[in-house]
Amino acid sequence: MNFTRRDALVIGAGAVTAAMLPIKAFASLADDAEAAFTGGAATSDGGIELTAPEIAENGNTVPVGVSAPGAVSIIIIAAGNPNPDVCTFNFGPLAGSQSASTRMRLSGTQDVVAIAKMADGSFVRAASTVKVTIGGCGG
Amino acid sequence: MASGVKPRVKVPKTAAAGEVITIKTLISHKMESGQRKDSDGNIIPQSIINTFTCDFNGQNVINVELHGAISTNPYFQFEATVPESGEFTFTWQDDDGSTYTDSKSIAVS
Repeated sequence: MNFTRRDALVIGAGAVTAAMLPIKAFASLADDAEAAFTGGAATSDGGIELTAPEIAENGNTVPVGVSAPGAVSIIIIAAGNPNPDVCTFNFGPLAGSQSASTRMRLSGTQDVVAIAKMADGSFVRAASTVKVTIGGCGG
Repeated sequence: MASGVKPRVKVPKTAAAGEVITIKTLISHKMESGQRKDSDGNIIPQSIINTFTCDFNGQNVINVELHGAISTNPYFQFEATVPESGEFTFTWQDDDGSTYTDSKSIAVS
């Protein structure tokens, strides 16, 4: 089989696209998770606080807290994880405040996103970058 | 049922009526994420707690949906309003169908 210069270019371009695919796939997974929660509605900033460390030494257990007064539910999304959903808090009538904290796994340095659904149906969003020294995805 | 699952809950024993209290819960569970591989390279299937609920006298306080990215031994801290004396019930639902419960009573003075 003879490679012409044109073939080589096409194969090269294909390889580059294939190499970029996983990153794109992760980004769209996170977008999908956001869209699934908001139903495609626009989000605004402010009114929600996301507490996450700037640097997490161990990606297996990263403390994270969210607080959004007046929220009905809050979702936490780890944009760089193979499965970006972390958890969803749904607050009942006896919730003392619309805040909660937990611990999550992060596969590597990435953005953590919190979106709150307010009682009036609007959505607010906060994001924070967490640097992870050792990822928490096993392997 | 996953082995060695033990829920632990911290609730104050007494509170004033209408007071907002902080509740901390921890349950020992492996929370197998479905991303890890065993020594033969086979993916270990996901096995996690998928729902956590806290109720007070039948009224919901918080309901949490968990996914694979929640750490081993899931920990939650949240706040609850206590209108009267009663009992908090905590429920964790496992992927394998089993349910773990714990309850704590609180006296309103």
